Amino acid sequence: MEEKIIHIKVPADRSVIEKLKAGDRVLISGSMLTGRDAAHKRLFELIQQGKPLPVEISGQFIYYVGPTPPKPGEIIGSAGPTTSGRMDAYAPALMEKGLLGMIGKGARDEKVKKAMMDFKAVYFAAIGGAGALISKRIVSSEVIAYEDLGPEAIRRIEVKDFPAVVINDIYGNDLYEQGRKLYAVK
Amino acid sequence: MAREIKADQITDSVKKLCIEANIYLEEPLKAAFHKFAGLEESGAGREVFHILEENAAIAEREKMPVCQDTGITIVFVKIGQDAHVIGGGIEDAINEGVRQGYKEGYLRKSVLSDPIERKNTNDNTPAVIYYEIVPGDALLIEVAPKGGGSENMSAIKMLKPSQGIEGVKEFVVDTVLKAGPNPCPPIIVGVGIGGTFEKAALLSKKAVLRPFGKSNPDEKKAALENELLVLINKTGIGPAGFGGRITAMQVNVETYPCHIASLPVAVNIQCHASRHKSVML
Repeated sequence: MEEKIIHIKVPADRSVIEKLKAGDRVLISGSMLTGRDAAHKRLFELIQQGKPLPVEISGQFIYYVGPTPPKPGEIIGSAGPTTSGRMDAYAPALMEKGLLGMIGKGARDEKVKKAMMDFKAVYFAAIGGAGALISKRIVSSEVIAYEDLGPEAIRRIEVKDFPAVVINDIYGNDLYEQGRKLYAVK
Repeated sequence: MAREIKADQITDSVKKLCIEANIYLEEPLKAAFHKFAGLEESGAGREVFHILEENAAIAEREKMPVCQDTGITIVFVKIGQDAHVIGGGIEDAINEGVRQGYKEGYLRKSVLSDPIERKNTNDNTPAVIYYEIVPGDALLIEVAPKGGGSENMSAIKMLKPSQGIEGVKEFVVDTVLKAGPNPCPPIIVGVGIGGTFEKAALLSKKAVLRPFGKSNPDEKKAALENELLVLINKTGIGPAGFGGRITAMQVNVETYPCHIASLPVAVNIQCHASRHKSVML
């Protein structure tokens, strides 16, 4: 998996998603959303109530991040991924609305994995704790919803060569499980 | 005669420690990223170590936090019994330092006023503070910002004494396995054995804060640390959980006497962004 690097433009369409396999290293460029616990809870509640969402989800990638505040002159502060499992309860509903990609760190539950296969969406990991490095791949950032949530607000960010690895593809493969099995010693 | 230490001095020190701990990793830890990049068998794992090394360098250059989770602020205070804090309460002085540090350092405010109501205090206070009275007239302050992702993967268990050392090992490895990729491996594992329920947890936290690269001075405990490290690294979780040989970089064990009926074991998981800084006043 360390050999080939795949460049992805976002927003993407399903044909891009279909080509990705667990273990693929990617560099993502383009525009995507950010959101974490509180924003997900609000989006989920709106979907349940059948109300419109404040942001377009279809075709989008969402990055689970709550950055540090930018210093004057900075675009964004430190911006590494947060633990994705906390978004598991809400993620399938967003995939049903057309969400194509999720970027975070850590394992997803079975319902999320099934939804990724059903709705054809991919889960990527960014390197947890590499917040300073990742911030340098973010070229613009703008709060577009839920400003009151502070670091948890929904932003639209433009990224250039944002490094990530495919963890779960649409075919049911899981890099976390495969990688661990490959190196586990009895 | 008691030595006087001004509350303002404490505030100022805590402020600086909050900012510096979040930007500058310990030299031995950065050296470990470099060393392990050469040792890890998995290609993806090697790449993770390279990224962590570069990330630490960018953080220093840009004076930016290494990780966006600048933590809840844990403060360990050792107060010399002949020291006397003047000009305000020590607790207020510490929290004011946190408040100033997180504002001036552009650190993320991640603390909620209540675990149920979940409203952000917007200044990262209050800190979690532990005091210890020691001989002398100095004041030692250690600040350790702790991220939520790794803290959430920690665990404690009251073992039966009959489960013995094998039970301890099994629980430690099981906790790391359950954590999997979530706590940002390569991790540092703090293990507290003995004492009581809360003492074991505190020991595990103190174990995590030991300077990187130092073993327990007791030979038997040091051997246990090595054995646990080998067992953990057999799990195959690897850097970032992508699969590999290096899941943990270090295991630190701390122990305390305990009740005849008890064998408490606490495992505190620390992500690779192990941040702590101290100052002596």
